[in-house]
Amino acid sequence: MSKDIEFSEEQAMLLDSAREFAKRESSIDLVRARLDEDRAIPVAVWDAMAELGWSGVVIPEQHGGLGLGFSHLVPIVECMGRQLMASPLIWSAIAAHALSLAGTEEQKSRWLPATAAGAIGTMGLMEAGGNWDLSVPTCAAKLESHHLALSGTKVFVEDAAIADFIIVSVLLEGQPRLVMIEASSIDAATVNREVIIDETRRSYRLTLDGLQVPKSNLLLELDFAEIELAAMLLLSAEMAGGHASTLDLIVEYLKTRKQFDRYIGSFQALKHPTVDILIGLEASRSQVYHAATGFDAGASKNRELAVRTAKAVASEGCAFAGDRAIQFHGGFGFTFECDAQLYLRRALWGQHQLGDEVHQRTLIAPLLLADVG
Amino acid sequence: MSVTQQELDEFRQEVSAWLTEKNPGDPGFLLPESFMEVGTDRQFDYLRVWQRKVYEAGYLGMAWPEVYGGGGKPQVFQDIVTQEMAQQRVPFMTNTIGLNWAGPLILQRGSEAEKKKYIKGILSAEDIWAQGFSEPDHGSDLGNAQTKAVRDGDDYVINGSKIWTSLGSYAKYMILLARTSTDGPNKYAGLSFFLAPMQTEGITPQPIKKLTSEFGFCQTYFDNARIPADCLMGAEGEGWSIAMATLMFERGNVGGQAGGMAIMDVNVNDVLELARRSMRNGKPALEDPLIRDQMVQLMIEAKSNNLMNQRSKIPALASDYQGAVPMSGKLRGTELKRRFCQFAINLQGADGARFISNEAVDGGKWQRLYFNSFSATIGGGTSQIQANIIGERVLGLPKS
Repeated sequence: MSKDIEFSEEQAMLLDSAREFAKRESSIDLVRARLDEDRAIPVAVWDAMAELGWSGVVIPEQHGGLGLGFSHLVPIVECMGRQLMASPLIWSAIAAHALSLAGTEEQKSRWLPATAAGAIGTMGLMEAGGNWDLSVPTCAAKLESHHLALSGTKVFVEDAAIADFIIVSVLLEGQPRLVMIEASSIDAATVNREVIIDETRRSYRLTLDGLQVPKSNLLLELDFAEIELAAMLLLSAEMAGGHASTLDLIVEYLKTRKQFDRYIGSFQALKHPTVDILIGLEASRSQVYHAATGFDAGASKNRELAVRTAKAVASEGCAFAGDRAIQFHGGFGFTFECDAQLYLRRALWGQHQLGDEVHQRTLIAPLLLADVG
Repeated sequence: MSVTQQELDEFRQEVSAWLTEKNPGDPGFLLPESFMEVGTDRQFDYLRVWQRKVYEAGYLGMAWPEVYGGGGKPQVFQDIVTQEMAQQRVPFMTNTIGLNWAGPLILQRGSEAEKKKYIKGILSAEDIWAQGFSEPDHGSDLGNAQTKAVRDGDDYVINGSKIWTSLGSYAKYMILLARTSTDGPNKYAGLSFFLAPMQTEGITPQPIKKLTSEFGFCQTYFDNARIPADCLMGAEGEGWSIAMATLMFERGNVGGQAGGMAIMDVNVNDVLELARRSMRNGKPALEDPLIRDQMVQLMIEAKSNNLMNQRSKIPALASDYQGAVPMSGKLRGTELKRRFCQFAINLQGADGARFISNEAVDGGKWQRLYFNSFSATIGGGTSQIQANIIGERVLGLPKS
C-alpha cells in the first residue's frame, strides 16, 4: 500500500528555494506597490521564475520541461500563496498540462518548449453566470473550411492581456473541446480587465465573437475534469499558503496589540478561534500534500476525492482565517491600510474559483459515502 | 528466536478461527466500551470470564515471561491476537490497568516476590487492579497528591481519598500514589508508590453515578486503613518516578503491556454504517442532503486528523509552529468523537430521544457513547484548557 503523503528531497529543495524566492520578490510592500500596476508581477520576476525552471515543472522533459509533475509544482505554488504573489505560474502550468495531454504533435512542439522557457499560457474555461460546471460551455466553435469560427465570451481569464496563448473551451458540433488561440490573433479590444475581489491578480473578459483560428488549433478530445482537478490542486496549495500567512498576521497582532492594559492575545475569545485557524491550517496542508501525492499517477476515484477534499478544506480554512483576521484587527481591520484585507480577498478568490467547499462536498459525497464499509 | 512469516500467517488463522468460535457474542444487555465503563455485576462477570478464557487459551500476556504465568513468546504473536480481537470486535480485556499499566510496571521495576505474587492473577483476571492517582481536589496536578501514608510498625496507615477509580468495586489491588513525607526539596520528593490490597478495613470504594445513570468508577476513601509495609514498591520517595513510569505504559509511550484489545474502538466509519441503515421521516437518512453533508464533513475531519499525523513525521513539511500536531491531538480527537456521537443520535429521528433499552437504536449505544465521550473532552485537561495550552505554547500567545 502506498503512503498517503510522500515528499521527496527534491520536493523539499523546491519548497525551500521557492520560499526564499517568494519572500524576497513578494514582500508585503512589493505586493502593495504592485496593486496599481498593469501586470501582477514585473517581467523580470517572471523571467527569474522561468530561469529557475518553474514554468516547466509539469512539462515533460522531451518538450523542454523538468517533467517533475504537479507533485513538485505544489510546494512552489504554496510558497507563492504565502507571499500573496500573483503570477502566471498556475494557469500557464494548466495550459501546458492541457497541451501535454491533448495537444497535437505540432501544438506541443511549438508551445511546450516555449512555455517551459517562460512563454505565458492561460486558460479561458469560465463563462458569465458563475457556473462551476465547466463541462458544457456555451462558447462555440464552428467549422468553416480551414477555420474555426469562435463565438461567445469567456470570463476570469487570468493574465489574458500578457499571455502568449490562451486555450479556451468551446462547444464544437455538440462536443466540449479545447481550442488554442495565439496572442497574435487576438484584437486587444476584445480583452477587457474585470473588477475582481483580489486586487493582486489581473483577470479579463475575453470576447470570442468574430475570432477565427486555423482548424489545426483544435486540441484532441480531453475530459475537462483532468484540467479542473489540476487547477483545483494548485488553487488549494495557494490557499494553504495564504492560510499560513494569515495566521502569522493574526498571531503577530495578538502578541503586540494591547487593549484594556492587556495583550489582546490573552483573551480566550481571540485565542481559541486562532487555535482553530492553526488546526485548520494543519488539516489544509495535510490534505493538499496528500492530494499532491500520487496526483501524477493519473485518473482514479481516490485522486478526485483527494483533490476535491483538499479544495474544500483549503477553501473553508483560508476564508475563515481571512474573515477572523479582519475582525481581530478591530477598527484598523476595517481599513484598506491594514493588510488583513489583502489576505481575505485572496482567500475569497481562491474559494470561489472552481467550486467552494459546499460544492466540493456535494461532489465528494457519492465518492465517500459509497466507499467505506 | 526467529519466526517465519509462514508461522505467523498460520498463527493468525488459528487465532482468528478460535475467536470466531469462542466469541461470547451478544449477552442480551449493553456491554461497556472500556474498563472505565463497567457498571454492573453482570457486565463485570461476563467480561472477567471472557478474559480468563482468552488467557487460558494462551492468547494473553504471550510475551510476558513464562515463569510468572506469561507465554514467553515473541511480542509479534500477541500483536496478532490484539489485531484479530479488534478485527472481530470481541469484548475487550477488562483488567486493563493490570494488563497494561501495573503488570508491565511490576515486570520492569518490581521485586522477584512481587512478580511471582501478582502477574498471573492479572492475566487470568483473578486479581482485578485499580489505579489510585487522581484526587478530588487535585484533578490534573498529580504531583500535589495529599493522601497520606504513615509508617507505623509493620504497616502503613493510609488516610485521604482518590477519585475516578475505575473497577474500584471489583478490584483486589490498587496502584496507589501517596505522600509519606512533606519534607524534601519539592512536592514530588515526598511521594511513594504502593501495591495496596483493596480488601482492607478502612478502604471504601464508593461508586459514583455518571451522567449516563450508570456506575463506572468510584471515589475511594482511606480512613486509617492499615496495609502491610511490604506493599511499598521501591523505596519511600520514589513514588513520582514510578508513577511517571506507569504513565509511560498508560500512554503507550513504551511497550511491554500484556496486549489484548483494551477498548472497543468506535470511529467515523461506524457512524457511516449507522447512517446507511438509518431512516429519517420514512426515508433513508443519507438521502437528506444536509445529513449527507454533515456525514461528509465528519469523514473529512477524521481523514485530516489521520493525514496530519502522517505529515508531521515528514520534517520538510513540519508545521511552522512546532508541536502544533501532537499538542492538538487530544483536542482534535476527542472533540471529533463527541461530535460524531452527537450526529449519530441525530440520525435516529424520534428514536434519538431513547436511552439504553431494547427499543433504542443499537440498544442505546450511541446515546451512551455521546455521554461518555465527555470523559475525554474533560479528563486530562478540558478542551478549553487544551486550546489555551496550544495558543500559549504552540502559537506563543500571551497567557490568559
